[in-house]
Amino acid sequence: MHRCDRRDVAEEEEEEEFSLAQKKQLVMEAELKQVLNDLDSLKHSLLDPSHHAPIDKLQSRIEHLTTLAKSEPVRRSKVKDMSAEVVDSNPYSRLMALQRMGIVQNYERIREFSVAIVGIGGVGSVAAEMLTRCGIGRLLLYDYDKVELANMNRLFFRPEQVGMTKTDAAVQTLSDINPDVVLESYTLNITTVQGFETFMSSLKNKYFRPAKEGSGVDLVLSCVDNYEARMAVNQACNELNQTWMESGVSEDAVSGHIQLLIPGETACFACAPPLVVASGVDERTLKREGVCAASLPTTMGVVAGLLVQNTLKLLLQFGHVSLYLGYNSLKDYFPTMEMRPNPQCSNAACLERQKEYILAKPARDAAAKTKMEAEALLATEIPLHADNEWNISVVDDSELEKTYATGSGPADALPEGLTHELPSADEFQKFPDADTTTATIDDLEELRKQLDALNA
Amino acid sequence: MEGWDPNTKSTLTQIPLLATKAGPRDGATWTQRLKEEYKALIAYTQMNKSNDNDWFRISAANPEGTRWTGKCWYVHNLLKYEFDLQFDIPVTYPSTAPEIELPQLDGKTQKMYRGGKICLTVHFKPLWAKNCPRFGIAHALCLGLAPWLAAEIPILVDSGMIKHKDDATSSTDS
Repeated sequence: MHRCDRRDVAEEEEEEEFSLAQKKQLVMEAELKQVLNDLDSLKHSLLDPSHHAPIDKLQSRIEHLTTLAKSEPVRRSKVKDMSAEVVDSNPYSRLMALQRMGIVQNYERIREFSVAIVGIGGVGSVAAEMLTRCGIGRLLLYDYDKVELANMNRLFFRPEQVGMTKTDAAVQTLSDINPDVVLESYTLNITTVQGFETFMSSLKNKYFRPAKEGSGVDLVLSCVDNYEARMAVNQACNELNQTWMESGVSEDAVSGHIQLLIPGETACFACAPPLVVASGVDERTLKREGVCAASLPTTMGVVAGLLVQNTLKLLLQFGHVSLYLGYNSLKDYFPTMEMRPNPQCSNAACLERQKEYILAKPARDAAAKTKMEAEALLATEIPLHADNEWNISVVDDSELEKTYATGSGPADALPEGLTHELPSADEFQKFPDADTTTATIDDLEELRKQLDALNA
Repeated sequence: MEGWDPNTKSTLTQIPLLATKAGPRDGATWTQRLKEEYKALIAYTQMNKSNDNDWFRISAANPEGTRWTGKCWYVHNLLKYEFDLQFDIPVTYPSTAPEIELPQLDGKTQKMYRGGKICLTVHFKPLWAKNCPRFGIAHALCLGLAPWLAAEIPILVDSGMIKHKDDATSSTDS
C-alpha cells in the first residue's frame, strides 16, 4: 500500500511543483533518515554489545515513523458520474441510496444545481460543507470577513486558517472534501453599492447551465448575521425574481429560524418587520450587556441543518418544504407559519413581483387543473405533483389561515413564540412644504459647500 | 422615545426631517435625498455649534455621496478624545441605517462588530425602523453615535483601553 502511494506522489513531483504538504513530508523523511544514520554510528561506536538491544529498538521505532510519514493522504480525483455502487471508495453511494429507498426520484440532478451562500460564518460555512458533501453542482460563496480565533467555538474553520479570508479558507477545505463541486468565491460586502453590483452580476451569470431559465443560480441562502445584509439579499432576489432562503440565529445564541422566500408569492423580507423566535424566558433575565453577540456551535449547526434539509427538499422535490420554521432551543419548540406578501410593502420590486404573481393566476389554475385531471387518470401509479418544482399546492383562499405580512391589525396575529424584531415604519405622512422651505438652497453643490464651510 | 434624555429629545426635534425615500441606486431621487441629507446635517451642525456642543465633522468622500468620512470626539474628565468616523450608505438605504464605523476602536470594545462598526441594535435600530424614511445621516449621528460615545468612551478611558494623546487639545471647545 505505502509503496503504491509513494509512486503516486513521485509521479506528481515530476509533473508539478511541490505543495507545502509535500515539502514538509520530504523534510520529515530526511530528518528521520538522519536520526537512523546517527543511531547506526552510535551503535558502532559502542564497545559493550549489551547496549545494542535498546538502540535496535529505537531504530525499529524510527523506521515505523518513516513509513507513517510516507503515507500522506492522497487527494481524491474527480468523479465523472455519480454511481450507486455500494463500495467503500464511492463517495456518493450513501446519497444514491436515497433513490433506491424511494425518498428521492433522481438524486443525480443535484449536480445541475447552483446555490449561492451569502455569509460564510457559523451557519453558512456548515451549510456549504453539507452541500459540498451532498455533491451539489456549484457553490457561490460571499463574505468579506477573515477567520479569527474567536470563530473557533463554531464548526468548520480550523485554527491554522486564522487570518485567511473566510472565502479562501472555505474553498481550501471544501475543494479537499469534494473536488467535484464547482466553487466560486467573492470577497466583498454586498451592502455597499459596488459589492451589490458584483453580487447581482454573479447571480445572473449563466455559464454553468446556459439553458436554465431565470437567473444563473437555483437558490440563494442568506446566512448573514445582520439586518442590513438580509435586506440587500432581499433587494437582489426581488429584482431578479430569485427564490431564496433566509436563516438566522439570535444574538443570545438560543434560538434561530429558517424562511423560504418566493418573490411575489410569499412575504418578502421587507413586507413585515423581521420575525424572531422569542426565547420563551423573561427577556430581562437574559444578560445582554457587554456583548453584542453570543454563539453556540449547537444552535448554528441545527439551523444550518434545517436550512440545508429544506434546500435539498426544494431542489430534489421530496417531502414538505417549510415556508417558516423557528427553533427555540430553551423550550425545544419549533413554530411554523406562512406569510403572504404585504400589498403595501415598501419594496418596489416586491410589489412588481406580487403583481406578476396575481396576473399569472389563471395560467396557474389552468395548469393545476390539467395536472389534477391527468393525475386522476394515473392516480394509482404516479405520485402526487411529481413535477411541482416549488411544492405549490392549490387551496381555496378561505380555507387557509395565513398571516398577511402587514405588521398591523388583527390579521397580524403571530403564532405563539414568534415576535417582531423591529417595529413597522409609522404611517408615512406627507410633510407640509413649509418644513423644507426654511433651507432655500436647492443645489447639491451649494449644500456641499455650505457643510464644508461648517466643517472648516 | 422613552428613556431618552430631554437634551437629545429637544435636539432631535430641531433636526429637519427628510421626505424622499431613495437609496444610492435610485438615480435622480437619490440626488433629491442627498440634498435633504445635507440640509439636515447643516442644520444639526449649526445647532451644535451655537449650543457649544460641536462634536463631529462629516463630509461625503465621493461625488455620489455613498461614502462618508470625518471625525468625532468626546470629552471625558476635561480631556478630548477624537476618532476617525466613516460609513457607507447601504444599497437598501433608507430602509436600513448606515453602519457607523470607528475603525480606531476596532477590537477594543465588545459593543462593536468587526471592522469597528458600532453596535446599535438595541438603542437605535428600532427608532430608525419606525421613522423610515424621515431619519437621515444627522439623526443616525444624534441618536446612534452620540449615545454610543457617551456610554462607551468613559468605560474605555477608565479601563485604560484608550489613552489620551497629550498633544491633543484638552478644552471642551474645538
